[in-house]
Amino acid sequence: MAKERPLPSRVLALGATSAIAEATLRLFSERGASFFLVGRNAAKLSAVRDDLVTRGAQGAATCVMDLDNTDAHPAMVQQAIATLGGIDLALLAHGVLGDQAEAQRDFRAAHHILHTNFISAVSLLNALANYFEGERKGVLAVISSVAGDRGRKSNYIYGASKGGLDIVLQGIRHRLHGTNVQVLTIKPGFVATPMTAHLPRGPLFAQPAKVARDIVTAIQRRKSVLYTPRFWGLIMFAVRNAPARLFHKTNL
Amino acid sequence: MSKAKDRPRFESWGRYPVLQAEVVPLHWTTDFPLKRPTNTTRQLPIGLGRSYGDVCLLEHGTLLDTTGMDRLLSFDAATGVLRCEAGASLQQILDFAVPRGFFLPVTPGTKYVTIGGAIANDIHGKNHHVAGSFGRHVLRFELVRSDGARFVCSPIENPDWFAATIGGMGLTGLIAWAEIRLRPIVSRKIDYRGDKFHGIDEFFTLSQEAHSEYTVAWIDCISTGRNFARGIFMRGDHSHAPGPLHRSKEPKLAFPFELPQFALNRLSMAAFNTLYFHKQLGNSKVGPVDYEPFFYPLDSVLHWNRMYGRQGLLQFQNVLPHATGREGMLQILKEITKSGLASFLAVIKFFGDVPSVGMMSFPVPGVMLALDFPIRNHVSFDLVDRLARITVEHGGRMYSAKDARMTPEQYQAFYPQWREFSRYVDPGFDSAFWQRVTGRRAIDG
Repeated sequence: MAKERPLPSRVLALGATSAIAEATLRLFSERGASFFLVGRNAAKLSAVRDDLVTRGAQGAATCVMDLDNTDAHPAMVQQAIATLGGIDLALLAHGVLGDQAEAQRDFRAAHHILHTNFISAVSLLNALANYFEGERKGVLAVISSVAGDRGRKSNYIYGASKGGLDIVLQGIRHRLHGTNVQVLTIKPGFVATPMTAHLPRGPLFAQPAKVARDIVTAIQRRKSVLYTPRFWGLIMFAVRNAPARLFHKTNL
Repeated sequence: MSKAKDRPRFESWGRYPVLQAEVVPLHWTTDFPLKRPTNTTRQLPIGLGRSYGDVCLLEHGTLLDTTGMDRLLSFDAATGVLRCEAGASLQQILDFAVPRGFFLPVTPGTKYVTIGGAIANDIHGKNHHVAGSFGRHVLRFELVRSDGARFVCSPIENPDWFAATIGGMGLTGLIAWAEIRLRPIVSRKIDYRGDKFHGIDEFFTLSQEAHSEYTVAWIDCISTGRNFARGIFMRGDHSHAPGPLHRSKEPKLAFPFELPQFALNRLSMAAFNTLYFHKQLGNSKVGPVDYEPFFYPLDSVLHWNRMYGRQGLLQFQNVLPHATGREGMLQILKEITKSGLASFLAVIKFFGDVPSVGMMSFPVPGVMLALDFPIRNHVSFDLVDRLARITVEHGGRMYSAKDARMTPEQYQAFYPQWREFSRYVDPGFDSAFWQRVTGRRAIDG
């Protein structure tokens, strides 16, 4: 454990009302972190803020905005830096699952998934990578998905948005090599959250609290890619390497 | 991936009766009333499903799973007042409060209970004789009705709704958040004392003499003859010596499968009871113990209800007034030992005279008995039905949160105020229990 380090204490959370983000922020709040919370819904955002402050956060500012609005990103990031006095950790957690069938039928639905999960993330990552490059330290933790590892018929638009995100993060990691900036790609499997509430909950579903603990450990250990829960690393190794002849017969 | 129909059904802790319902998770207090239409007409809020019978079930209804609403909204360390969303569990609250030097004002025998559930069933604990039931420590809560009306209830704001909702079995509306007052502690430790007793009279004497904050007795409901009604009287107080205040570890053990029905029989249960009685070697045992084994001995094994096999278990819990308590409990204990059906888990305790604030609260002054029976269809049902009749004859009452068998006549005799209460029931809400005790759903066998 020699490589473990203290947790970042100034946290920018983008999509702070997402279940995985909230569970992760709780763990930081118990260690007295301060937060700049960004989300679309004011009532939900203030409930998250109250919870984090009650649990021990030094402070928590909220910013109500739709992250689809990329024009507003640079000012928001500047505001976060000013409010927190600098950012130690930026957690990108906003995203939509969308509906594959609808995305195939209606390009606007596909566009929406790609815009929210990929385009808006690229805009935020530009601003944040530039900031962290200047600081030469910090953590950029981004929630991607195991769905980004291989295109499959049940969710390839969502998968493409997350796969694209993975490539961007690889590039930023390459670019910031030699600085003290950690770029963490988080690939959760099925997590029991409002985003997946309509899906039948099988045994592969993990609780957000479990995913959150894994994220904190991955930050402490300076990992680059996290499959969470860990068994998804094995599953996705098999999925990535399955021959197409075999893979195309499955119903995944 | 599995189909929706394979989705695990929501069960009560007794796993009886089995009723299908649609479960809708709520993550925010603003998620209710539901924005999207459901296939059902009636709804019922649920928490962690630790009530035993059908009070948390609704056949063909929509169960509103509140466990995603688990935020802690404010805490004042000067007064111990905690405001949290209704899906926060006692476990989560203890994890938060104990390291800060606070403890629950009242706790049942499991910490896997939500605040909403604790209010809806007006739960009680080992300190009932001094602290009363949970509702006494609730300062305020917000109630949301299915028509979208939201209002704060407290002893001075909407006091009739406050009283109807405490012990109101989730029927008066959805509790969004609540404020409760925690009590200070300086250590996790409980100063414990256990005394063996032989027979009900010794239990009564010990109960009258004990001055501890927490008292409860385990009682052997299997042995007959000279071992009839033997037990261990347990008492405890929060230690006054400053000690550890760390957070509890998560349990690692889970009961992995359902035991076959033959595993719990008279012999194995008699052996368990004898072992437990003699686990404590001397007549008295004194010393500090951690609060976890003192309050939550069974929480260390998750899913322990699987021990009762696929058929599940019936719980019987009643209270008899002091005037008829000794006579009535003797009659009940004789019925139980005669049946040979009792399990290992039986507790007996004196309730105090601190009045409950809930209109439909269970605790009243007297002597309380609670125990489990494995379900062996008619044999177990007949026994519990006999115990219910004895309870009626002795002017006692049974606990809705533990019941799957009361008849409408019995319920209405125990809780004659039910008709007044029914005016507060949300027209969009219902439960299998409420259907049963108001004569709208038949009772098996």
